Amino acid sequence: MSEVIAAFELENLRGKQVVFPGTSDALVCFIKEDCPTCKEVMPVLVAMHKAFAGAIDIQIIGQTLGGNKALDKTFAPGFSILDDSALKVSFAADVETVPTLFKTDVSGAVTDTLIGFVRDEWQDLLQRMSAEYTRAEVDVDWLSLPQWRPGCGSLSVDPSNADGLRAEAENSPIRARKIVIGSQDDEFEFMFDQGFSDGLPVIPPTPERVLRMLEGTRRDAQEIVGVMAPNLGEVTIEKIAINAVMAGCKPQYMPVVIAAVEAISTDDYNVHGVMATTMGASPVIVVNGPIRHQIGMNMGMGALGQGNRANATIGRAVRLVIRNVGGAKPGETERSVLGNPMKFTMCFAEWEERNPWQPLHVERGFDASDSVVSVFTMTSGPSLIVDQDSRSADALAGTIGQTLEGIYNPKAHFATNCLLVVVPEHVDTLMHDNYSKADLRRRIQETSSRPTRELVGNDVSGAGIKPVAAAGMSEEVLDRMMPKFRTEDDIHIVVAGGEAGKFSAAFHGWVTGSIGSIPVSRKIDI
Amino acid sequence: MAMLSILDPTDERVPVSRQITPRPKQITGNVALLDISKPRGNVLLDRLEETLSARLPDVNITRYAKPTFSKPAPEELRQLIQANSDFVIEALAD
Repeated sequence: MSEVIAAFELENLRGKQVVFPGTSDALVCFIKEDCPTCKEVMPVLVAMHKAFAGAIDIQIIGQTLGGNKALDKTFAPGFSILDDSALKVSFAADVETVPTLFKTDVSGAVTDTLIGFVRDEWQDLLQRMSAEYTRAEVDVDWLSLPQWRPGCGSLSVDPSNADGLRAEAENSPIRARKIVIGSQDDEFEFMFDQGFSDGLPVIPPTPERVLRMLEGTRRDAQEIVGVMAPNLGEVTIEKIAINAVMAGCKPQYMPVVIAAVEAISTDDYNVHGVMATTMGASPVIVVNGPIRHQIGMNMGMGALGQGNRANATIGRAVRLVIRNVGGAKPGETERSVLGNPMKFTMCFAEWEERNPWQPLHVERGFDASDSVVSVFTMTSGPSLIVDQDSRSADALAGTIGQTLEGIYNPKAHFATNCLLVVVPEHVDTLMHDNYSKADLRRRIQETSSRPTRELVGNDVSGAGIKPVAAAGMSEEVLDRMMPKFRTEDDIHIVVAGGEAGKFSAAFHGWVTGSIGSIPVSRKIDI
Repeated sequence: MAMLSILDPTDERVPVSRQITPRPKQITGNVALLDISKPRGNVLLDRLEETLSARLPDVNITRYAKPTFSKPAPEELRQLIQANSDFVIEALAD
């Protein structure tokens, strides 16, 4: 409850603007017409006005204009009720119940607060005031009044009004430009027309919705999380919240979206190149740690597909931030020749509990109890690795290695990285022979290795090592075996998927290392 | 129907419109050839350099290269090219 009633100016029923604070102490009472307690205290307010008018200011504030008129007609009170149907004064005074009676000094500082109607409290205050201002006792038959009435909820805390009032209030965290949509316009069509959408409908980010989204994080709405290429737009928590609303996120997803945006804004991740490349790269987001369960992410059956709100909207929110704040739009600075569906959204959780090895975030240096988001740049996927026949770990890992050799084209060795998603049934086959992640990586490299001479461009496929370059190589170099990946560290491995189905999958990378995009992990600030 | 307000999801900046520098009638002075480090960009620039040198023996040609095509040119490189060049020809990829 307020310690000071902030200055206000409201119109009374006679059309006169009344300013608070005035030139003396004041009684300020908030009422609304459809509240039975307010109607019961109206005669007290009338008597109070009669007793103290001239000695102090008396401001009776009603929350609906029609109701104020009805009360005026019924009680002919002698004062003119002030119109706070916009509820801004009620909200600023932190009024939760009507009636609430404040007594203030001349500066507006509150000296007494009475909530609802407790007869003894009202009688005590008004008697004290009679002595203080040397006025006759207030002419009220106290015993005819109920001892106690709880009052009613203030319209300013009604859920349908409160978020809007908070958004408009002076201490509102909202700073983004407001755009008014014409009453004849359809808000969903408007969002498309403005170019805010990824091609699917977006939720209009009203101030109320954005405020609710901001409740999902403890971080200041105006904190700058990063600078988003290609336009180098400053990404604030508020801008993330706006785009998260549009994507369909729940507030509790905000910490994941924020961490992912932080990861993507780094120089290592290089979102500029990821968006501008004609190759069609896209962020792929993997979530680890306890937050997976807290927000209900899918890590099991269909984890890489649609149907789970957290998976779908977290990835979409990140993409909308890149589009709207970073300015990456297909045909403009986003130059992918074909594009791919991952550019709508690609986010899933690792099924750590079904993973016999270290989960991704622990491998990448975090504690198992940390919640972590890891962002990769991938150009295609999930591309299936089908093997329903292998019964040994070596044979299955061999299939995986041979399949991964096809990334880009079979001759493209040392070219990129991959994110391998091993499904539970394949995990079981690998664990039958107690395979470690290191074993899996080693076997992939082994079975994808070829003599360098087989990687030289020829009439069958012009891709690979240029014949001119190969001409300068010694026989020894040409005979040297080259694995698919430059290092085993380029093979990122997670576990996800349903219990049935021997179909693992791989996402295929983009340019790796400092000349391209380096995977980035960020601890989620819950 | 009440008017609905939404919050701007963009960075709220209006892009600066830039005018193209007037095209000179003659090529004189310093010409920069910038390779963005995509495969075969150097081949294109080699041929261009040969052709330009033959046709315009008085111009001074300097070769520059970005460290990687995937990121914008570093600030120092941009300043260097701007300070020392009257013309820039960039070998864009793809």
